[in-house]
Amino acid sequence: MQASLSSRPNIACRSQFAAGAAATSKRSRCSSVVVAGLATEKDNPFAEELKANAKHISRRGRGILASDESNATTGKRLETIGVDNTEDNRRDWRQLLYTAPDLGNYISGAIMFEETLYQKSREGVQFVDLLKEQGILPGIKVDTGLQVLPGTDGETTTQGLDNLGARCEAYYKQGARFAKWRAVLKISEGEGPSSQAILENAHGLARYAQIAQQNGLVPIVEPEVTLGPGAYSIEETAYWSERVYSHVMRLLNEYDVLLEGILLKPNMCLPGLDAPSASPAEVAKYTVRTMMRTIPPSVPGIHFLSGGMSEEESTLNLQALQDACPNSPWSLTFSYGRALQSATLKTWQGKEENWGKAQAILTALAKANSEAQLGQYKGPHPAPGGGRILQALRFGGAGK
Amino acid sequence: MPSRVDPGACHRMTILGGPGCLPFEFVASPFVAMAASVAMSTLSTRPTSAVSRSRRTTVTVQAAAYNGSYAEELVATANKIASPGKGILAMDESNATCGKRLESIGLENTVENRQAYRELLVTTPGLGQYISGAILFEETLYQDTRKGTSMVAELNKSGLVPGIKVDKGLHPFANTNGESWCAGLDGLAQRCADYYKQGARFAKWRSVVSIPAGPTSIAVRDCAYGLARYAAIAQNAGLVPIVEPEILLDGEHDIDRTLEVAEMTWAETFKYLADNNVLFEGILLKPSMVTPGAEHPKRSTPEEVASYTLKMLRRRVPPAVPGIMFLSGGQSELESTLNLNAMNQSPNPWHVSFSYARALQNTVLKTWKGEEANVQIAQESLLKRAKANSDAQLGKYDASGESADAAKGMFEKGYTY
Repeated sequence: MQASLSSRPNIACRSQFAAGAAATSKRSRCSSVVVAGLATEKDNPFAEELKANAKHISRRGRGILASDESNATTGKRLETIGVDNTEDNRRDWRQLLYTAPDLGNYISGAIMFEETLYQKSREGVQFVDLLKEQGILPGIKVDTGLQVLPGTDGETTTQGLDNLGARCEAYYKQGARFAKWRAVLKISEGEGPSSQAILENAHGLARYAQIAQQNGLVPIVEPEVTLGPGAYSIEETAYWSERVYSHVMRLLNEYDVLLEGILLKPNMCLPGLDAPSASPAEVAKYTVRTMMRTIPPSVPGIHFLSGGMSEEESTLNLQALQDACPNSPWSLTFSYGRALQSATLKTWQGKEENWGKAQAILTALAKANSEAQLGQYKGPHPAPGGGRILQALRFGGAGK
Repeated sequence: MPSRVDPGACHRMTILGGPGCLPFEFVASPFVAMAASVAMSTLSTRPTSAVSRSRRTTVTVQAAAYNGSYAEELVATANKIASPGKGILAMDESNATCGKRLESIGLENTVENRQAYRELLVTTPGLGQYISGAILFEETLYQDTRKGTSMVAELNKSGLVPGIKVDKGLHPFANTNGESWCAGLDGLAQRCADYYKQGARFAKWRSVVSIPAGPTSIAVRDCAYGLARYAAIAQNAGLVPIVEPEILLDGEHDIDRTLEVAEMTWAETFKYLADNNVLFEGILLKPSMVTPGAEHPKRSTPEEVASYTLKMLRRRVPPAVPGIMFLSGGQSELESTLNLNAMNQSPNPWHVSFSYARALQNTVLKTWKGEEANVQIAQESLLKRAKANSDAQLGKYDASGESADAAKGMFEKGYTY
């Protein structure tokens, strides 16, 4: 792992002098590190805006609502409550979420799928405007899905770099102010992600982040070390997470990504699915240690994903992070999908008469997590109990 | 203004298996205390090596960050050195360099004169109030004072942790732009073990990067890689490694260029530190501050230096690292203190302090002049500078009592250390 991961040739060289060229100068024989001058800060007109938005999204007591399920995945959710996967139903579901009263007190950003970014409410109001009314910044999922890496045991890379610049520009115009790209690394009993998978995914994240920033979108960098089968320990998860994040940071550095203008979306450290659950304190201990060792303080927000945790676990673990890391240099907060939506969906059942109740549950869940972010959550939880949720890998391209 | 009490208290209680952290007044520098206690309590287990999944590349994965028998002690020592209001006295000049110092005050470069000078430094009464560690050259580590006590014993008596320079100096680096590489890996493990036995508890290795020379990517890479290998070896021998990639002051470049090079150098350094399984909670950094080159026409204010330097650190240094001890590298005594003070006007995620040689010793030497009669007054001047920098570490330095001498720059073009 060492050699193959570290020796990616000449990434640090921004200008390479060919051997033998300009023979008069001794310097020409050397590979020079002439870094293109501070490409993000000084040359990027969005630099201040990126920093301000990243800071705004990650401010204390706030987190992100992840509602960027693809049409296919949204369909699966709607199916569980017997609702058809139509554009109108998807619109209704997102409208329910985005117009939940007081949601903006707890949620600072909402990640959308492309269809949703361009959708209007039943009353004809753009979703981006509804969110802005709530004080919630609109975000957009920009990756186009996972693809299996040849020669690996089902490991994946994330697609979406082609035409990304143009898409980001369009999304910004539509009102998006942050983006998201999900990379997935697998661990299971006794096996971690391959060096190929780590490097490939870190590279994708870094290139995406660079392009997003060039187009005014704060990139959420999501290297998910996903929960898998096996009785592997929490120490193993911590170990692999540390390796992965270390490599992600290296590549972000090499691509001159403005760290004050990104957000991180990592996994918490959990033991394998077949191992006994860890207490919130233990989860927090290893998660904090991993972040302390890999994430420099200039990253303003670390928004943990909820994959693998029940709704209550997501809140309790988030609170435990604050206890384990008082005065943390970055905000330790959330970007939750299922942990905010699951009970909401079940309450709605696709029925008009349940609309208010469902919104109330969503706001209550957001509030619980906001309190947990501040270290002030007391319970009882709006959606208590619940078992481990296996975050199955999603395969396929855009739109699936 | 952050409150200033010893975070080491919380940490030490954890090592001794005591009741954990004392009430709130002892948790003032929570980053350091927290990092220490988290690192320590999670050091007990270590994942077994695993083989990479890919069928094509069956690479055996190295084990996790150092977790051997010295791990707890390393974390404790690093935190002790990185205590509020404290910094390091760098006095590890090689015999040749020490000779230059002595010659500047008209003294011959003999072992007795070097002994007399180092004795003056280490026996300064009250030094331990402001200095938490002293870096020694090998000769000094094994030396006694003239009254027969060892230099190491004198340091320990005052509460200073003894440290030792372990590199073998800079050498010309082939096929670069006249750059240097730092030697010293051969036999390093044995040297470190011997030094530990002699009483050293931290080590230092100084590598350099030259902006006028490029720098070339191979020079940066070797600088970073050598530091990483040294750090891993030192930790395995019980010595807290001070990681020092000095970006030389020489040059006409502006502060933006220094920032670029510093960010690149530290990115590279942390990359290799991680690959070499260095325990971040048990190291200290010794960076150069981010300033314009010595020959750049525009000077920078302390606020500008602080802003650029903190920006660089925030972008590159994981909070697990307990302390950042700046080198002075040719800045005047006053400049070094003012810049440090500017960096401590609000809380930082790591202890931000000093490891100064010339910036602590310059006035001392000139006051001593090799005369026994001047020892006390020379020691007082050392204490004065140490206190000034201690105040700067606490963000409350007041420059009004300083002499003109303290403001004299000490930059020498092409200075060889």
